[in-house]
Amino acid sequence: MADSGSEAIAVIGNTDLTPSESENNLKNTMVEKGTSLLKKMEISVAEAEKRTGKNAVNMQETYTVYLIETRPVDAASEGTNPALDSLWRRYSEFELLRNYLLVTYPFAVVPPLPEKRAEFVWHKLSADNMDPDFVERRRVGLENFLLRVASHPVLSSDKIFYLFLTEENGWKETMFETGFQAKADSRLKALNATFRVKNPDKRFAEMKHYGDELQSVISQLLRVRARAADRLYGVYKVHGNYGRVFSEWSAIEKEMGDGLQSAGHHMDAYAASVDDILEEEEHYADQLKEYLFYADALRTVCRKHELTQYELEMAVQDLTSKKQQREELATGTIRTFSLKGMTSKLFGQETPEQREAKLKMLETQIEEGEEQVKERNAECDEFVKSAWVDIERFKEQKDHDLRESLISYAIMQISMCKKGIQVWNNAKECFNKM
Amino acid sequence: MSGSVVDNTVSSGNSSAAIPTDVSGQILDLDEDDDLEVFSKDTTLTDGSSFNASMQTSPASMINQYKFEEDADTKDIFVTVDNPESHVTAIETYITYRVMTKTTRSEFDSSEFEVRRRYQDFLWLKGRLEEAHPTLIVHPLPEKFVVKGMVERFNEDFIETRRRALHRFLNKIAEHPIFSSSEDFKIFLTAASGELTSHKKQGPGFLSRMGDTVKAVAAAVRGVRNRPQEFTEMQEYVEAFSQKIISLDKVTQRIVREQKEYLEELKECGPTYALWSQSEEELAEPLKNVAGCVDRCCKETEEQVKNLSDHLIPVLHEYVLCADTLKAVLRRRDNIQADFEAKTEALATKKANRDTMRDDLDKAEDRLEWANNALKSDWTRWQKVMRTDLRSAFVDTAERNVSYYEKCLAVWESFLHSQRTDAEGNGKVDFS
Repeated sequence: MADSGSEAIAVIGNTDLTPSESENNLKNTMVEKGTSLLKKMEISVAEAEKRTGKNAVNMQETYTVYLIETRPVDAASEGTNPALDSLWRRYSEFELLRNYLLVTYPFAVVPPLPEKRAEFVWHKLSADNMDPDFVERRRVGLENFLLRVASHPVLSSDKIFYLFLTEENGWKETMFETGFQAKADSRLKALNATFRVKNPDKRFAEMKHYGDELQSVISQLLRVRARAADRLYGVYKVHGNYGRVFSEWSAIEKEMGDGLQSAGHHMDAYAASVDDILEEEEHYADQLKEYLFYADALRTVCRKHELTQYELEMAVQDLTSKKQQREELATGTIRTFSLKGMTSKLFGQETPEQREAKLKMLETQIEEGEEQVKERNAECDEFVKSAWVDIERFKEQKDHDLRESLISYAIMQISMCKKGIQVWNNAKECFNKM
Repeated sequence: MSGSVVDNTVSSGNSSAAIPTDVSGQILDLDEDDDLEVFSKDTTLTDGSSFNASMQTSPASMINQYKFEEDADTKDIFVTVDNPESHVTAIETYITYRVMTKTTRSEFDSSEFEVRRRYQDFLWLKGRLEEAHPTLIVHPLPEKFVVKGMVERFNEDFIETRRRALHRFLNKIAEHPIFSSSEDFKIFLTAASGELTSHKKQGPGFLSRMGDTVKAVAAAVRGVRNRPQEFTEMQEYVEAFSQKIISLDKVTQRIVREQKEYLEELKECGPTYALWSQSEEELAEPLKNVAGCVDRCCKETEEQVKNLSDHLIPVLHEYVLCADTLKAVLRRRDNIQADFEAKTEALATKKANRDTMRDDLDKAEDRLEWANNALKSDWTRWQKVMRTDLRSAFVDTAERNVSYYEKCLAVWESFLHSQRTDAEGNGKVDFS
């Protein structure tokens, strides 16, 4: 896909964006350089709908589907308004796409999906996947995922990703044709196996450690924040009782009645204001959550590097031992223990022909082995190079995004304080009229 | 009913059949017995059918005496309660408070006085005022701490809360047009400890009090027949007011509880941000900054909670006690009326002693008229005072809340400012 050269910044199709969402979108488009799908195409996850259908075991199930809308940017900037392309996808299809990306681009820090189940909830939010608030926040998270991928220098040019966005049917088949499934299975097995690398790359080890710490501290922060939010809710809501009692009290008073009554209204307003405050804070929590899951993606890259390194080391080890065997065979000295050697000692020496055959086989194996080591070395180098580039990109993105999040958190707190000042000043005026 | 309370204190009194004056002093001491759960609301020993000997003037002139003008500019007496000190004797440990008076009133021998008083002494004063003016409204004293085996009376917070309440009590007395000219009040403010003790032992003797008590029980049992509408309305108002003020007290206490729990959680946020900053490079500074901001907001929240507990709750609590005082005052008035009604009936039906009975009836009628007028005037006065007190308590609370939010606002704005200067310095994102 050639870059059209257009410098227009992608306009996002969904007009119902909250400020944090459009800020998020802007972030993604601003930071990326190079070819990015987002420069050519508007992408949004516009709606969510409930569907029912029969699942794999022929049972009725209810699930949610999300509407992905796309539109070429050029057309929009020319003033014409072409029809949006759209298709429906469910969460599990997003998961498939992400798995595919993970396997196909092992060196990339692949953007995370929003959580499968609601965690770190405080009491008001339901942990139910069908809850409309949860579905809405998931919709936002899925859109964020697509925008992140679409602005990634490498991932955005992936064909399967493009098909995911534009082709409702047949996308899955094309994806499976790439044979990534087999790679996925073997990768999964390998990653879960325990292995030790002889010469760990210090940089990757540090990165992995950082990923661990980031995951741990963000989890803790989300937990603490959720508990505090729960408590804050209680504080505000109890003030609603003031409203009720002031109102009842005003009924038995003459001069004090008006002041009490209107003060009561402000107390009600104060109690009600917490809902908006906490909803805004949920956006902040979602931003933190994204990086909680990003930490996992980072650790995955480090693990994959370890695996690559390990496979290289295994290949080298294999080659070395084969070379040693050749040497022993050639010189007749046995330095390493081998079963063959022992049996031949016990059951008699081999004939020169047998030795010759063996040597030949070893030579071939050694040739293959050297090829493999060369390949794996190249693989490793390639991996390290690409991974490190993406890690650096990720670091910059993370520092920028999280700083913006902290700033938006401060702005939220300021807004909350301003509301509080206003309500209590109003209440004070009413009290003065008591 | 007040009758039963009076019975208790009398029957459990000292069994010494000695001089009435000694015994009357002993009865009061019972209030300080730690095993009794006594609340100052119902410790009045009289019901209103007694008549303070020093007030032997006609009801008409009484009524004229009640000029309830509120003239703050001409305040001529200033009373403070401070400086709590603990005293240990062989028998007990107790706290005394310094009571300082500055006055320009001519009936005082000097313009400045300093004495030490204990809670018992305040109780005595309150009792005397209620005895003398059964249908006037005496501001409540802070409650005795309900001791359930723990000697928590000497906890600093408790002492300070009590000190403030005692201070308010004395000032309310000083501001009351009738009470502030009470001889007992003057003695309370000026007498040395020994003087006060001997003065306390005077007053209506044990036997006459016994007589009053019996009359009170009889009146209470009889009940009032034709209560004037305005007093019924007062009673209805007091019932409703009592409920509302109790609710407000409860709501405020609940708010304090919730805020304390919020504070507990918030206290963990700052350290978490600080911990995070240790893993970061570029982000370390903003994270540490945020940690600092959260910690500062914690401190402000802590102070806010303390303010609520120290300022709003005690006032609401006092008015809860006031409501009970009002109920007692209305009851006493009812008893005076019941006594009058009974005497009227007796005169109509009995034949013997008609002259004495007519005398009694006249006195009862005077008493009733006096009581009713006193209550009506003091009721108006009380409502004004209540309005002022509660208004300023709530205004004060609102101001403190505003101040709390303003301080937190400043904290977060300073964070934003620091991030802006950083960003612009590093040539990063424009904040417009």
